[in-house]
Amino acid sequence: MLATMMWIAWKMLVGNQVKYLGIVFGVVFAAVLIAQQASIFCGLMARTVSQIRDVEGPGIWVMDPNVQYVDDIKPMSDTELFRVKGVPGVAWAVPFYKGLGRARLPEGSYEQMIILGLDDATFVGAPGGIVLGSVADLRKPDAVIMDDAGYERIWPGEPFRLGRTFEMNDRRAVLVGITKARRTFQSFPIIYTRYSQAVAFAPRERKVMSFVLADAEPGASTDEVCRRIRERTGLQAYSRQAFIEKTIVYYLEKSGIPINFGITVLLGFFVGTAIAGQTFYLFTVENIRQYGALKAMGTSNWMILVMVLGQGLHVGIVGYGIGVGLAAVFGWFVKDATRLAFFMPWQVLAVTAAAVLVIVLVASLLSIRKVLVVEPAIVFRG
Amino acid sequence: MAVRLRGVTKDFGSGTALTRALRGVDFEVPYGELVMLVGPSGCGKTTLVSIVAGTLEPGAGEVQVLGHDLVRMSACQKVTFRRDNVGFVFQAFNLLPTLTAVENAAVPLLIAGWSRRRALEAAADVLAPMSMGDRLTNLPSELSGGEQQRVAIARALVHQPRLLVCDEPTSALDAENGRITMELIQQVAVHPDRAVVVVTHDARVYPFADRIASMQDGHIDSVVSGPFPVGFNP
Repeated sequence: MLATMMWIAWKMLVGNQVKYLGIVFGVVFAAVLIAQQASIFCGLMARTVSQIRDVEGPGIWVMDPNVQYVDDIKPMSDTELFRVKGVPGVAWAVPFYKGLGRARLPEGSYEQMIILGLDDATFVGAPGGIVLGSVADLRKPDAVIMDDAGYERIWPGEPFRLGRTFEMNDRRAVLVGITKARRTFQSFPIIYTRYSQAVAFAPRERKVMSFVLADAEPGASTDEVCRRIRERTGLQAYSRQAFIEKTIVYYLEKSGIPINFGITVLLGFFVGTAIAGQTFYLFTVENIRQYGALKAMGTSNWMILVMVLGQGLHVGIVGYGIGVGLAAVFGWFVKDATRLAFFMPWQVLAVTAAAVLVIVLVASLLSIRKVLVVEPAIVFRG
Repeated sequence: MAVRLRGVTKDFGSGTALTRALRGVDFEVPYGELVMLVGPSGCGKTTLVSIVAGTLEPGAGEVQVLGHDLVRMSACQKVTFRRDNVGFVFQAFNLLPTLTAVENAAVPLLIAGWSRRRALEAAADVLAPMSMGDRLTNLPSELSGGEQQRVAIARALVHQPRLLVCDEPTSALDAENGRITMELIQQVAVHPDRAVVVVTHDARVYPFADRIASMQDGHIDSVVSGPFPVGFNP
């Protein structure tokens, strides 16, 4: 009986194409806006930690006690490296430089760049997605590797070519490689070089070491080693994942990004609810005599409730599918764009599904009351 | 007796807006008869037939329909009672506009839990003798008023109800379709273990009645037994 009554409910719903499309449009609008904006938000959040993710190998990041996130550089003395190395459970530790520098290009223009200085001996943290050249070439004098998006930003439309030169802090830099790197929040070009070279590229400061990258000995707990580093050196030490979380939490709490995207997502939610709710309500009012006839003929209020909820669920599933589909297509089209962040994890799909469920429930509930209170005797009134 | 009402009252509103729709109505419909309820607008016909059909609660009085005491029935029991025992033909047809003719006719069977295939086959079997065999897959908007009313009658009869309640079944139809509709109701609905109650203003259909009950100001004024000649005025 449930299946046949749901079939009647479905026929009632899709038979009125204008109203049906109106209700679906409301849900699609909300789903697209929520999924797309939430994905851009996630993309931006992912970009804030892209440099932590790109540094593969070390399980532990050590930094000044006042550092709040990955871009908040508080240089440390080089001696801190040796203190970290001396902590029991630390297998190895290397220095890591991260900073901003201004490059003077041959054409005379200037470009701000992110400088990443890798340990001279080990190249820990070297990029993994080399497109052209070799990481080993970083041993050459003045050598730098640049990310592909940075290259295209500086020399748009030109094919990748090694050997290009530019100046950093009055020193010559020679391009020996091009790599793929995750887009950063600041979206500046990234150059990888040796630690000793990076220090020379950077403006002169008394302390220069940004981070110590380390790893725990085999069998030792990373969290336990981090705790020991904190205890013995007074520095902050986090596992890679914990540092990612710390950075994201910083941006969530201290930046206006969540509130800005949150407002758009809420707007999509409310507008979607209003459109879907109003159209669904009008659809129900238009069919009130039909519902009355069904009740007169022996359909229970419970079954009517299930029918209306089923109609809402149908609209929700169709609207959700089209909405997240459109958002995903949008993301697919912009996936190669360097400026627009777009990352659609399953959590975005789940949040959008939950929002759509609330929308269709609200839309259904507005109508359900109307349908449930209608007396079957309404059918006898002309 | 298929329907027996004693001292039935029904009020709408309260205070100065109080309307006394029924003022102690006694009404009977024997099995195997077609009884018409006639009277001016606002006399209580629709209220009375709604109570007989179990779609409206009486204010007071006894309501016995097909041996069931509707006053003592719970709302849920009434839903089941209507589903199993009552067929409806409405003035405005009240067909579901997005269902085809045969699907509309099958609705009571679908409500009763029949499978869709069986219900549609049974509905087609009822519609075919009504000259609707070639209109089964048409939507109501593609049917004439007379055809829509035939679908409504098929829907009212498809589940073999023992009480058929018709509210102004011919008022939206021309004379010819009105006559065809009443002939259909008389042929297929009037049965020894079945009763038909028809609310009407249409004097052209009086000859189809076995009895005519006239209502006036919320009570039954008179009950006259047929046969009724053309042009009869109670």
